[in-house]
Amino acid sequence: MTAFRAPPKHHEGPVEWVRVHLFDGVFNSILTLLVVALVAWAVPPLLGWAFFHAQWHGSTREACAAATGACWPYIGARIGQIVYGFYDFDQRWRADIVFAFGAVGLAWLMIPRLPRKGWVGTILLTLYPLVSFILLSGGWFGLPIVSTERWGGLLLTLVVAAVGIVASLPLGVILALGRRSQLPVVRALCIVFIEVWRGVPMITVLFIASSMLPLFLPEGLEFDKLLRALIAIALFNAAYMAEVVRAGLQALPRGQFEGAAALGLGYWRTTLFIVLPQALRTVLPGIVNNMISMFKDTSLVSIIGFFDLLGIIQAGSTDLEWASPNVAVTGYLFAGALYWAFCFSMSRYSAGLEAQLAEGERR
Amino acid sequence: MSEAAAPMTAPMIALENVSKWYGQFAVLKDINLTVRPGEKIVVCGPSGSGKSTMVRCINRLESHDDGRIVVNGTELTRDVRNIDTVRREVGMVFQQFNLFPHLTILGNCTLAPIWVRKMPKKQAEEIAMEYLTQMRIADQAHKHPMQLSGGQQQRAAIARALCMHPKVMLFDEPTSALDPEMIGEVLEVMVDLAKEGMTMICVTHEMGFAREVADRVVFMDAGEIIEEADPHTFFTAPQHDRCRLFLSQILGH
Amino acid sequence: MAARARHVWWRDTHWRSIFAQALVLVALVAFAAWLAHNAADALARRHVASGFGFLDKTAGFSISQTLIDYTEESSYGRAMWVGLWNTLLVSVISIVLSTLIGFLVGIGRLSSNWLVAKLCTVYVETLRNIPLLLQVLFWYFGVLQALPVPRESLALGEWVVLNNRGVSVPEVIFGRGSWLVVAALVLGSAAAFALHRWAQHRQLRTGHRPVTWWAMPLLVLGLPAAATFSLGHPFALSWPELTGFSYEGGLTLSPELAGLTAALSIYTAAYIAEIVRAGLLSVARGQREAAEALGLTRGQSLRLVLIPQAMRVIIPPLASEYLSLTKNSSLAIAIGYPDLVAVFAGTVLNQTGQAIEILSITMGIYLALSLLTSALMNLYNHAHRLEGIG
Repeated sequence: MTAFRAPPKHHEGPVEWVRVHLFDGVFNSILTLLVVALVAWAVPPLLGWAFFHAQWHGSTREACAAATGACWPYIGARIGQIVYGFYDFDQRWRADIVFAFGAVGLAWLMIPRLPRKGWVGTILLTLYPLVSFILLSGGWFGLPIVSTERWGGLLLTLVVAAVGIVASLPLGVILALGRRSQLPVVRALCIVFIEVWRGVPMITVLFIASSMLPLFLPEGLEFDKLLRALIAIALFNAAYMAEVVRAGLQALPRGQFEGAAALGLGYWRTTLFIVLPQALRTVLPGIVNNMISMFKDTSLVSIIGFFDLLGIIQAGSTDLEWASPNVAVTGYLFAGALYWAFCFSMSRYSAGLEAQLAEGERR
Repeated sequence: MSEAAAPMTAPMIALENVSKWYGQFAVLKDINLTVRPGEKIVVCGPSGSGKSTMVRCINRLESHDDGRIVVNGTELTRDVRNIDTVRREVGMVFQQFNLFPHLTILGNCTLAPIWVRKMPKKQAEEIAMEYLTQMRIADQAHKHPMQLSGGQQQRAAIARALCMHPKVMLFDEPTSALDPEMIGEVLEVMVDLAKEGMTMICVTHEMGFAREVADRVVFMDAGEIIEEADPHTFFTAPQHDRCRLFLSQILGH
Repeated sequence: MAARARHVWWRDTHWRSIFAQALVLVALVAFAAWLAHNAADALARRHVASGFGFLDKTAGFSISQTLIDYTEESSYGRAMWVGLWNTLLVSVISIVLSTLIGFLVGIGRLSSNWLVAKLCTVYVETLRNIPLLLQVLFWYFGVLQALPVPRESLALGEWVVLNNRGVSVPEVIFGRGSWLVVAALVLGSAAAFALHRWAQHRQLRTGHRPVTWWAMPLLVLGLPAAATFSLGHPFALSWPELTGFSYEGGLTLSPELAGLTAALSIYTAAYIAEIVRAGLLSVARGQREAAEALGLTRGQSLRLVLIPQAMRVIIPPLASEYLSLTKNSSLAIAIGYPDLVAVFAGTVLNQTGQAIEILSITMGIYLALSLLTSALMNLYNHAHRLEGIG
């Protein structure tokens, strides 16, 4: 069978594309011109500030004071603090090990074709946190103690985010199950818990951790400040996670529960083997979105005196050694870029998951 | 049963060498079709043959890339005014009904007459009730679409299109989304409409309807019109192999 | 003869559930009692008072921005109200701005114009992936504090003055008889609205809509203008003027308020844009085709068919977003804007040490806002549900 002739010249090609997508009608043409004007007005100065007029070399503030652009040497000089906080300089290798293993583990989970994901996932959730904690805080195996007050920078941000995310998932599942429980007392308690934590700003939760929690502990017992904050964050995130999981539970057709009951499976077996696998899979994109929010929210610990990534950057902007007008903004842009890199990757991953799941759903 | 051949008048719809491409893939290949006023055309063919695309080109829901389409004297081009003129004269019934869920059935039917033909509301409602009665769903007028059965919804969609007093009615697989027991009631009203002299182009697999109502049956495959004949000839003595194969698949069960 | 199963109470499902719940309650009460005991102990040791009496004590500190009267002699309770009003102020302004920007960006993302769509996508994808606190700090320390000193202010003509003391605009001073002008404005607006309804009615009755586009602005602006002239200009504008080292006169928005508003609005707009986009996409494609097939213009099909259906999907998450914004305004503490958290859970808590009472009140206020929003949302959903089968 002979092929039909090709479409006429004007049908496709760059000129046609420009006409259809940029200049389709009077209104669109005006818009295109406005946008081009806007970009031409805003982008070159930005690029100039960040790259062309920026100062790239030097080690003191004199180098930056003269420049009209970003002050990159400042970042270079402070990179150690930005990544490790005030962690003892000669012990940083411990943090490096934790970083490396975490990265390898995550990559293993995300690259599609690698096997044994179940094992890797379990290790990541059980053995890895334990080993990391021992490595980072020390006191065992002859490792010198590094108190949590010295943890900071990207290290602290990742620790807080990881603990928050990992702890909130099982807690959230339990809360969601409790909220759908047939026992009125359990259901009421879960509803109250979830609605209270979801109805207040995170900053009040952190204040509770730093000001209120010590009051409720018996005399003599003192919790590490970081641990208190982590507990508060875990509970706060669990409430949001509970709502996401609840949506997944509600989306499950009733027939699933009935089928399991007919087979004689009890409540816990049904939940563990039938309900949760399906429900969690359905809301996996929502869970990842929740994780992105948690990651961003870790920046709030800087308000109660922790020097996470944002805290270090903010503290650095008032550093006398480097004081110059561009230092603060350089710091913000760098931190912003780091956060953006993490969060955007997570959101791309979530979009990929969604596409995969949608494909699976299509019959 | 078709009427005696209509006298030679200007065609209601004329497609001349109409072609359409999606990228490099030709979905319509030099389509030539003329429809006279009062004629009923049934278009059939395997899925992917381009029959829906051809029909949707007639009211510019899709645009053709080559050739000419003239509807009731107006040529379809990129000119917005021409498109609006054509859409006012052409009514369309969709496979998925596409009724507006936030309006009542009466609201669905009066929306376009009020806003496009600038009719007073009372007059629009009277006309709507007439057509709804004709479609035998007058008692559903104040309900919302989701409260009606599939067959009732499609009849409401037909009434909605008729309220604009179109010269041509296009049907894009109107019964394919219906449960079997409701197909009959929709086909019934379509037959009545045909008998009143409406010009119709109907994409469908319902061959009984074609036999009863069509003046011409058109078979399309892979973007081309393969066979075009009156129903009797079409069903008893199709000339092309592909058409014969298609008919055996459709009518076999 | 059938064997009879022994009915033991500890396997009975009814008794088991009651027993389990009783256990949970007892454990909870015991835990709460233990906590309360510890707390009472700890408070006594630190010589911190209990109870809500502190609300009447003198505050002893000043607040930089107040919507209501407040001095150093006012009570802690009054300070709380000042903070609450400030929270509401920044929230309302930000809600309005973010909605405007968000709708524009959301609709823009669906534009057929490739440039506009890409630009809006970049906006959303950038701002949603950077922490709000960082954005607040950037706007405050990076932008507003970097503005020049008043003597070298950036100015848009005489109308807007930007410097590191804030954003200044002219202030309207209401003189004698100005209430008549305001009344004329209200009257004019009401008359324009009535005209609009009359035109609608005419259209439904006869099919033709009378031309009213020129009459409405005339009523809304013309009546107050006439009143102004006939009363001899009862308004005065107080312009910001440079006297010495700073600007006097006019209305000044503190850099804290400006920075927080800018960050909140721009950040939340990105989320609102996604909500709007999802709402518009949720309307099935066939709806637009059916509307176009009937001959409705693009504008008509948007107005009569697409947007009514999209709003149903947009409004509930939009309300959640507004609530989120209000909670996020608590980041004010990072830049010194005196909102509820900064004033009450910050300064007052530091001075009195009564953490439990203060945090409970603060959380209670936010919770009340949450519940109010939920209730309003349930009302809206109920009123606008699509009638369906069953």
